[in-house]
Amino acid sequence: MKYIDEYRDSEVAGKLVEEIHRITTKPWALMEVCGGQTHTLVKQGIDEALPKGVRMIHGPGCPVCVTPLEQIDKALAIAARPDVTFTSYGDMLRVPGSTTDLLSLKARGADVRIVYSPLDAVRIASANPDRQVVFFAIGFETTAPANAMAVWQASRLGLDNFTVLVSHVLVPPAMTAILDSPTCQVQAFLAAGHVCAVMGWTEYEPIAAKYHVPIVVTGFEPLDLLEGILMAIRQLEEGRAVVENQYARAVKREGNRAAQDAILRVFEPGDRTWRGIGSIPSSGLHLRAAFAKFDAEARFDVGDIHTQEHPACIAGQILQGTKTPLDCTAYGTLCSPQKPLGAPMVSAEGVCSAYHAAGRGLAAPTAFPLYELSRPDR
Amino acid sequence: MCLGIPGKVVEINDDGPLRMGKIDFGGVRKEACLAYVPEVVLGEYVIVHVGFAISKLDEDEALKTLELLRMIDADMVDMELGSMFVPDGSPAPEASPAVQPATAPPAVTA
Repeated sequence: MKYIDEYRDSEVAGKLVEEIHRITTKPWALMEVCGGQTHTLVKQGIDEALPKGVRMIHGPGCPVCVTPLEQIDKALAIAARPDVTFTSYGDMLRVPGSTTDLLSLKARGADVRIVYSPLDAVRIASANPDRQVVFFAIGFETTAPANAMAVWQASRLGLDNFTVLVSHVLVPPAMTAILDSPTCQVQAFLAAGHVCAVMGWTEYEPIAAKYHVPIVVTGFEPLDLLEGILMAIRQLEEGRAVVENQYARAVKREGNRAAQDAILRVFEPGDRTWRGIGSIPSSGLHLRAAFAKFDAEARFDVGDIHTQEHPACIAGQILQGTKTPLDCTAYGTLCSPQKPLGAPMVSAEGVCSAYHAAGRGLAAPTAFPLYELSRPDR
Repeated sequence: MCLGIPGKVVEINDDGPLRMGKIDFGGVRKEACLAYVPEVVLGEYVIVHVGFAISKLDEDEALKTLELLRMIDADMVDMELGSMFVPDGSPAPEASPAVQPATAPPAVTA
């Protein structure tokens, strides 16, 4: 496929790895923000091909993973109502709440449906005026334009049976929170390319300047990641700390203005709790007062929610980059993609699922990464 | 969910309340909302997230990146030649395993 295959050229990848080795003189710790980037890094073994001492810390950019347990429990309480058709992106269905998950509710008869686009949820509401249709509006700046458009369209159509359960998070405040942490080890960031396709990178310029940390807007293919790592290490080695754009084919400095306008028309920034991390000021989006009638939390009284994480799950520390799945006693034993204890094992963007898919730390690898086959010691 | 996939715009419908279109992802066609890429015309490539095109792919920039990546070897030769005259005493980099191309379906992310 165009714009994918050419960024997976193994010969060029090899040269990039060599170049990274050539310019690196010190140990460095880089964080890739986005879970999609984590998956490519782990699957391709890119993190293991880097010079000794250069470490990739996996960031919190997995929207499913950071959606707070309380919101999942609220979703479960709303979805269990007989008058509700609950719609969601597919990867939320198996995320464990305190006692169950959406897929189990569906198996027990609840009307839970997977939608590809939030506009599909609006269509379901429009076609079923006797049902209360709720959409689980979660995600980062990448899904916010779509979710905003769904609310805008429901408003335009005058739908009074459509609401959204909002749990939107924003990347820059999370990066700042990571940098403010006294245990922070991150020396440079690979920023999430598609978040920046929407928002541009001007928000990152003050962060790079204030914390003196290089930030490279990076894509998702192997060559994108290798080039992003090369650009970040080059800055570190030269003592520079600016925002650079590796993903120029998709990202402009100002981002997508039309999408930004739509987000701000429907949502406003506010505090958000991140699962495993805690509350981060101004790190989320909430519905504006003008759209309050589309707020599922106001429409449905879900009573008191008492959340309870699985005691063995260390997802919080993994999401903050202080531990890896290999530090977890439940990884690969109590917890697997078939029977996940925490969200990072569920999501296609979760660190635990990335490690598990690559067979890392497992006695019997579930998958055999291709790069292993090409290693001379095999 | 945050997965974003590049695809070619093969159909545009400007008649409805929202600009919609069909996107071809290597043979698989899906509907997508084009409201956020009003400048896009047929045959151009966009990145699609949860049914919405969020960015138009810039062909010139894509080619520039690829050229730059392929030039790395040439640059290295130049630098190596340059370094011959400025000995810095640093050891040569170790060889490392080449990274293989991905084989998974084209799922890209946030």
